[in-house]
Amino acid sequence: MSHDADSWDRATLALRLLTVENANLGGAVIRMRASPARDQVLAALQGLNLRKIHPTITDDQLFGGLDLAATLENSQLVENRSFFHTKTNALLVMAERCGTELAAKLAQVMDRDAGHMLLALDEGAEADEHAPAALADRLALHIEPEGRMPEGWRPVPAGTGLIDPQKVTATAQDIKALAEIAAVFGIDSLRAPLLALRVARAHAALHGRTTVTDADLNAAAELTYPHRATRVPQEPDAAEEPPAPPDDTPEDDEAGDSDTLSLPEGDMLVEAVKALLPPDLLAGLVPVGTSRGTSGAGAGQKRKGNRRGRPLPSRPGRLDGRARIDLVATLRAAAPWQPLRKQAVPAGTGLHIRPSDIRLKRYQEQSDRLLIFTVDASGSAAMSRLNEAKGAVELLLAQAYAARDHVALIAFRGDGAELLLPPTRSLVQTKRRLASLPGGGGTPLAAGLQQAALLAQQSRSKGLTPTVVVLTDGRANIALDGTPDRAAAQADSEQMAQLIQTQNIAALVIDMSKRPQEPLRALSARLGAPYLALPRADAERLTGAVSAALDS
Amino acid sequence: MKTPFPFSAIVGQNEMKQAMVLTAVDPGIGGVLVFGDRGTGKSTAVRALAALLPPIRAVESCPVNSEKTTDCPEWAELGSKKVMTRPTPVIDLPLGATEDRVVGALDIERALTRGEKAFEPGLLARANRGYLYIDEVNLLEDHIVDLLLDVAQSGENVVEREGLSIRHPARFVLVGSGNPEEGELRPQLLDRFGLSVEVRSPNDVAERVEVIKRRDAFESNFDTFMAHYSAEDTKVRDTILKARKRLAKIKTPDDILHDCAALCIALGSDGLRGELTLLRTARALAAYQGDKVLSRAHLRDIAPSALSHRLRRDPLDEAGSGARVNRIVAEVLG
Repeated sequence: MSHDADSWDRATLALRLLTVENANLGGAVIRMRASPARDQVLAALQGLNLRKIHPTITDDQLFGGLDLAATLENSQLVENRSFFHTKTNALLVMAERCGTELAAKLAQVMDRDAGHMLLALDEGAEADEHAPAALADRLALHIEPEGRMPEGWRPVPAGTGLIDPQKVTATAQDIKALAEIAAVFGIDSLRAPLLALRVARAHAALHGRTTVTDADLNAAAELTYPHRATRVPQEPDAAEEPPAPPDDTPEDDEAGDSDTLSLPEGDMLVEAVKALLPPDLLAGLVPVGTSRGTSGAGAGQKRKGNRRGRPLPSRPGRLDGRARIDLVATLRAAAPWQPLRKQAVPAGTGLHIRPSDIRLKRYQEQSDRLLIFTVDASGSAAMSRLNEAKGAVELLLAQAYAARDHVALIAFRGDGAELLLPPTRSLVQTKRRLASLPGGGGTPLAAGLQQAALLAQQSRSKGLTPTVVVLTDGRANIALDGTPDRAAAQADSEQMAQLIQTQNIAALVIDMSKRPQEPLRALSARLGAPYLALPRADAERLTGAVSAALDS
Repeated sequence: MKTPFPFSAIVGQNEMKQAMVLTAVDPGIGGVLVFGDRGTGKSTAVRALAALLPPIRAVESCPVNSEKTTDCPEWAELGSKKVMTRPTPVIDLPLGATEDRVVGALDIERALTRGEKAFEPGLLARANRGYLYIDEVNLLEDHIVDLLLDVAQSGENVVEREGLSIRHPARFVLVGSGNPEEGELRPQLLDRFGLSVEVRSPNDVAERVEVIKRRDAFESNFDTFMAHYSAEDTKVRDTILKARKRLAKIKTPDDILHDCAALCIALGSDGLRGELTLLRTARALAAYQGDKVLSRAHLRDIAPSALSHRLRRDPLDEAGSGARVNRIVAEVLG
């Protein structure tokens, strides 16, 4: 309970820091669902003159472009100004739905010109629904108050007559402390300590100080680090150990403090940040996961296949109510004729546009292929050739990305199936997930097929063309309800295969057992899928066979 | 636009810095791809490079930065024909740039107001004789990538649209950066970059502290900081200029040529582009370091950046292709 109240206090502080002039904090991620509490938070930022950006903002609006109406009216080129024409405080609503491209564009704007502030309003409900990492990395603060809003909570607007944060001095010692704490928590990005330093300065300025004190450092670390942390430090005194060996060789500073991490304030900072780490970090990810594990949910997944299509040159045509006119191309077509046409019709004013000038927009739609690898990671498969299967998937993936295919990974083992990797094009992510794919347990083939069918359906609604690739040794022995029953397992698998087939989803079955399994051949017939029995296949040969089967 | 962070003030990331400097010594190396983690200073380095490059001589009003008036394309209406010194162009190709903006298009303002058919040059024209920088290159839309590949290959931009028929030289050094977590790069484009480097966040705490300190000094103590590092930058620029002069005179012993071939065969890199880039980059490095004769040390130094992206991918090799190159370099060169 008190923890909740604390989180509201931190939110207050963060909001006040955002209003500090010249702090260059980049902004904040505000992760809250729509609620009166969030309205209160946003109300506190009223003074910032926020301008809204929607995740579907077009490049025209963002970067400026031809203002068609005005251009036509004045017969003179009028351009729209870019959204960030002047120093802007932008509010990105529904930031969790912000695509990688928009994130990259916004990030570029923020990198290029200092002074813009971005507040990303993240309404993500699931853990893997969040504002894009590329953006969050550039925003100093993270506001995510927990529990109910305390009675009468109201962030105090910042006072006037502040000290300019740029004039607040920080010592080399302060910088070192912040950089070291970041390292201890496995925060790789060097933006984090830099932003923390700015937060510390702003915090000092807010309190009328001209030098950074321990209290400022504390606040900065508490506000900037917890949500970025990728690991929990071990015991405080062993803290040097995890962040790689060269950690305890910072000998370039004053001689007195060689044992840096036992610095009193350093320890306090570590403790303070540690206390604020998100609970799920403590629960699951810490021990084995690579440091980037948390961000692994990945930007790739939000990509959809055919949002845009490849634009083709516009073509002359007739407006029939369905086609979209390409106004700029139309104008271009009409432009050279203006003097002649004006001579012909001296009375006419404005632009002379003839039906033959009309140009229509065209897009070439090309559905992206999604390969759903459904990999058997059961004990029997693990014994035989799980590693080969992994290698084959990786090789296929290397080919897939050349063809701009998307890839998803489902593993089934024990008593169920799990979506290890949502559709992505990132080789890096897939490699990580594959490398950590454990083996063992029963063979819940039906569950794997069910999961694959579900994903195929979902991805189809996003405009992808799914193909299910099943790699198994075929000895299904876990039924759909998770009970070990060979007969039921077989029946369930066939039922699921039927489901996939009736939905017209392309499939491919790869038998990776030592001897071809007859039931599996039957299953692939049920799927209407090619069947590849690959005794003693090495990864290379497997890939060749799969490619051939997919292309046929 | 704020002043870019000085190149010489960038802490560590030596492979990246070296690759960039070498393309300035010999633009024929063919560009750099910088791939790696967030917040490692990829973009910072490119913007810093722009400020570091030696200026070029160009006709003042020429849209494609021609050196002589006779080189200017005939469609360009030249105002001032004075030849003047200007900074090497480093043109940003923003994500979401339209095809019109990249290749150029009919000048719609003149068409509308004066009824004239004139060409408005695009980014490719402005990048001629300079650099074209693509941040988040892996997010670039496919049709723009195709376009770039074509132009980078031919060194010429051909525009045939809206009744226009225009061509102009477009020779530029491609510099791309990206984060592999956002998606991969097509092999065709990968191959187009002469060098490729992978950047990582420094593990060394002292180095990290130094990065923050310098960045902080850049922000809070701008004048003194810039005074110091502009002087450093000037030194680098002078060395680049000297290296350019030396480049033609670098001697290449036959056994080094042999080494290049042996390396590429051992690594199984496709085509001859690997060998040529390796040789060219090594010569640029020798010139930059003030050496007169190419040696194995030069090869060893630049082999990872020149070759790692040309290998056939071995997905099971977790160490990455850089490590593989190093291993084979050690085997072949001893």
